Amino acid sequence: MSRLQAPLTRRERLRSRITAVIGLVLVWDLLWGDFSLLNTVFGVLVATAILVVFPLPPVKFGGRLRPVGVVRFAARFLFDLVVASFQVALLAFRPGRPTNAIVAVRLRVPSDLNMTLVAEAVSLVPGSLIAEADHQTGTLYIHMLGVRDEAHLERLRAGVLLLEARLIRAIGSDEELRKVSAPRAGDREESPS
Amino acid sequence: MTLQGVLDAVAAVCMIAGALLSLAAGVALLRFPDLLSRMHAAAKPQVLGLLLMLTGCAIRIATVVDITTMVLIAVFQLATAPVAAHMVGRAAYRDGHTRTDLLIADELAPDMEKFADAPSDPPPP
Repeated sequence: MSRLQAPLTRRERLRSRITAVIGLVLVWDLLWGDFSLLNTVFGVLVATAILVVFPLPPVKFGGRLRPVGVVRFAARFLFDLVVASFQVALLAFRPGRPTNAIVAVRLRVPSDLNMTLVAEAVSLVPGSLIAEADHQTGTLYIHMLGVRDEAHLERLRAGVLLLEARLIRAIGSDEELRKVSAPRAGDREESPS
Repeated sequence: MTLQGVLDAVAAVCMIAGALLSLAAGVALLRFPDLLSRMHAAAKPQVLGLLLMLTGCAIRIATVVDITTMVLIAVFQLATAPVAAHMVGRAAYRDGHTRTDLLIADELAPDMEKFADAPSDPPPP
């Protein structure tokens, strides 16, 4: 396990450990279906033991939770999930083969957490799948199903960036928020070939 | 109609919709041309299908222990399906199992040499 890139302060590390314990205790209680005090205390013991034996890699969480943003993100995500599920289902029964495309989308906030969450959300919405991710530049290469033409492709690319913006509005820091709100200068220009 | 009747109807609708989506995923798995497109079918309509199925079951069963287990199933499905799909898709693309004639754009190909000896690959013995 590499501890090379761990510029976390003591407080940040403590906070990420406490978050991990809370998450594990929640899973424990849900598995037992029992939220009694005794069960929870035992869950805390088990969670602490697990984290001592298998420490999690440090995750830097610089932002803060914005409840309105979280609700908006979740609602839009569910809506996308339903719409896109039926689109892919339709594609499955329609005659003819769908044409696809692999799109490179450069995220504006290339932090690990942001990249992971955007990739998860993009993958869960049917019709898009992460084919490759570039850690250094924060670029996601997304395989899109049923892309009709160049204009459709650009709409999908804009959709991914909008998703990122919604995510940042839900959990990002103020600085990250400025990044996604401002028009970007170093935008990658793709000429239609 | 009683409340129980309404709940039963909602549960039935959820389960049938979930089953149909899973069927669509199966059909897509057979019909789609290459591995990457098939990963879409394997990972996606079935996620919503499973969520709907779990919702239907939760309404019908309605005991706390079972519902908490179902919540966990849903959470882990949402967390792991994209990772699995990504790992298979990534391997498939690198091995050239992609029907490039069906791609209208491929913005990964020009950047591919960046990933040629990525540090994530195991070093040769």
